[in-house]
Amino acid sequence: MSLATAADGAAPQQNWLDRIGAGHVILAVALLLYPLVASDFFLTQIAGYSMIFGVLALSLMLLAGYGGMLSLAQITVAGIAAYAVAILGSNTSNVLGFGWPWWIVVPFAVAAAAVTSALIGWISVRTEGIYTLMITLAIATATFYFAQQNYAIFNGHSGYAGIHAPVFWGIDWRDPKPFYFLCLGLAMLSYAAVLYSSRSTFGMTLQAIRDNPRRMRALGYHVTAHKVFAWFLAGILAGLAGVLLVWFNGRVSPGTIGVDVAIDILIIAVIGGLRHPIGPFVGAIVVILMQTFAIDIVGAERFNTLIGLVFLAIVFVSPDGILGLWGRIKPHLAQGSLRAGP
Amino acid sequence: MHRRTLLALALFTGLTAPSMALAADDTIKIGLLATFEGPFTVLGEDGERGAMTAVAETNGTVAGKKIEIVKGSSDASPDSAVRAARKLVEQDGVKVLVGPLSGDEGLAVKDYAKTKPDVTFINGTSAAQDTTLRNPAENFFRFSTDGAQWMAGLGTYAFNEKGYKKVATVAEDYSFPYTQVFGFMAEFCKAGGHVPSKSWVPIGNKDFSSVIAAIPEDVDAIYVALGGADAVNFLTQYQQAGGSAPLIGGSITVDQTVLTSKGKLRDVLKGTPSAGPTADTNDAPAWKAFVDAYKKQPGAFPSPSLFAHGYYVNMKATLLALDQVGGDVSDGGKKLREALSKLSFDTPTGKVSLDKNRNAVADIFLTEVTEGSDGNLLNKLVKVVPQVNQTLGIPEDEFMKLGAVNRDNPSCP
Repeated sequence: MSLATAADGAAPQQNWLDRIGAGHVILAVALLLYPLVASDFFLTQIAGYSMIFGVLALSLMLLAGYGGMLSLAQITVAGIAAYAVAILGSNTSNVLGFGWPWWIVVPFAVAAAAVTSALIGWISVRTEGIYTLMITLAIATATFYFAQQNYAIFNGHSGYAGIHAPVFWGIDWRDPKPFYFLCLGLAMLSYAAVLYSSRSTFGMTLQAIRDNPRRMRALGYHVTAHKVFAWFLAGILAGLAGVLLVWFNGRVSPGTIGVDVAIDILIIAVIGGLRHPIGPFVGAIVVILMQTFAIDIVGAERFNTLIGLVFLAIVFVSPDGILGLWGRIKPHLAQGSLRAGP
Repeated sequence: MHRRTLLALALFTGLTAPSMALAADDTIKIGLLATFEGPFTVLGEDGERGAMTAVAETNGTVAGKKIEIVKGSSDASPDSAVRAARKLVEQDGVKVLVGPLSGDEGLAVKDYAKTKPDVTFINGTSAAQDTTLRNPAENFFRFSTDGAQWMAGLGTYAFNEKGYKKVATVAEDYSFPYTQVFGFMAEFCKAGGHVPSKSWVPIGNKDFSSVIAAIPEDVDAIYVALGGADAVNFLTQYQQAGGSAPLIGGSITVDQTVLTSKGKLRDVLKGTPSAGPTADTNDAPAWKAFVDAYKKQPGAFPSPSLFAHGYYVNMKATLLALDQVGGDVSDGGKKLREALSKLSFDTPTGKVSLDKNRNAVADIFLTEVTEGSDGNLLNKLVKVVPQVNQTLGIPEDEFMKLGAVNRDNPSCP
């Protein structure tokens, strides 16, 4: 995993545009104007869904890119939040459903997810590399089967249905446009937060721990505490994504937190690239578009093969994802513009 | 700067790809939702063959318009079914959708149907009871019968003819097998039988050793309601474990999707009684004609599975109703839904009509597995139970008192 760039053009005397970055401004404006041109389907099923999975993969990117901890349990953490919304809020499955208002349910759900994530981190933090992957995979699989066979809390295979996004300020937040802006708001906020925290003292320390934990320990840093706190932060992101996911689907069942979905998140993060927080969002868009439209390209029998081949091709051409691909093309483009001069 | 600008532009143009829902006037789009991935893939593909048989019968046209089939794939989980249905309805712009295949998917798609009153949903083969019995959707139609109806006659037959007094059940843990077990036990318990043990296993289970160990020694037979790979895995492992109790099959357990599998499993399956919406040795001319038409589909089984049959019947009903309204769904499908509610037609398996909840009333076939002359295993027709309705002949208010089907209901230990 290559080093995440932390100091990006830190010249003194910046104006606000330089500090935020013109690219960010253009991207934000484009995303804000997107609902004017997109159909409802592209607003929610593609853009909204991509941003939810983008935030989920972002929580993985935070762990893997800055902390060097590869996790397969992010969807499990999101699932905890989703199930918490179903259990504490209201559902139509006639199981539990305390009917609490959303502004109590959401903080509870996110807190539950963050604490679960910290616990998972605490268990797996003493391992490295492939062993972290195995432990988190074991946790994800165990949670999936537990949810599938537990009827008292998780309501078994059918899970919970009839979960509604809240209605307030006279807006039903599951309507396409409001829901898009809800997802966009969360995505932007998480993106900015991760970008900011990567340049903060904590972020720098985390990256230093990733690169040389022994030296950091010798310098007097509490390595385990830093790592567990990174898990906690990732848990908040995954939890928020989980809340949006359950509002989006209107239901949650063990299929939502299955191992295949856990692997999807890893694919999203790897395809997009782990070097920069924009990577997971790029990856999510590619993966969601492929999963939605591959069936129209090659028919119902072989579409999963096509999806697999495209992913393979991306990783083969560029081991560090689409961002890496871009990083390699950019110098050529810059050269081209130099040559094009008179 | 330069880099990010381009990236943003690339994202923007990619995301605003125009939605290509411009169906020409002379074509009519029908969504086909089935399981083309996951543990029920084989079943979904046979469902598609059934639906395409119905389309082929009208030469791919209805009311002078060309039929365009848009396929959606799910993996048997309710989430994926709703996601695929949303894509078909909201992106591809279908006004008529045939599917889904399995029980929980049906319940989820019914809930989704309520949010799309202008779209007409016709079931595939999903057979959970509450898709139409409790809290139904006005625009969801089921011309295939439900899992409890499929069991009509089996419980009585097992008790009286086969002489089984104590039966253990092994079934998958979701709404469709609950419905099947309910249908079997409704008759079996009433006749005086007992079911001391019920095992529920997750879909896609690979290791059945703990389930097999938990089956009581003294049962006369085992009622198995598992589908596809699950049925093959259980039956193989049960035989390897030295199990010898005779079997009673759920509708999809002794279906062609399982009977065509290779190995010693075949010996265990011979003589297994079952019931369902089809029988392979049915010699009615309409059924034979259907089998011939079905066999023209690529990759067809020796005899159509009940998935091919269910998708065929539902697609056939869709096309008949579309023909009646001249292929016109411009009024939000209102006329089409009226035509569907009134529709009564002859299928390869007898007359089908709908009740007030838009659920089919149809003939059910009591069968027994035998070896055909060419060595293929077949479901031999034992008896036809005519015109079974959703309440299994019990008055509706009495039937509703039995409660919703679940793991613990019914019970007669």
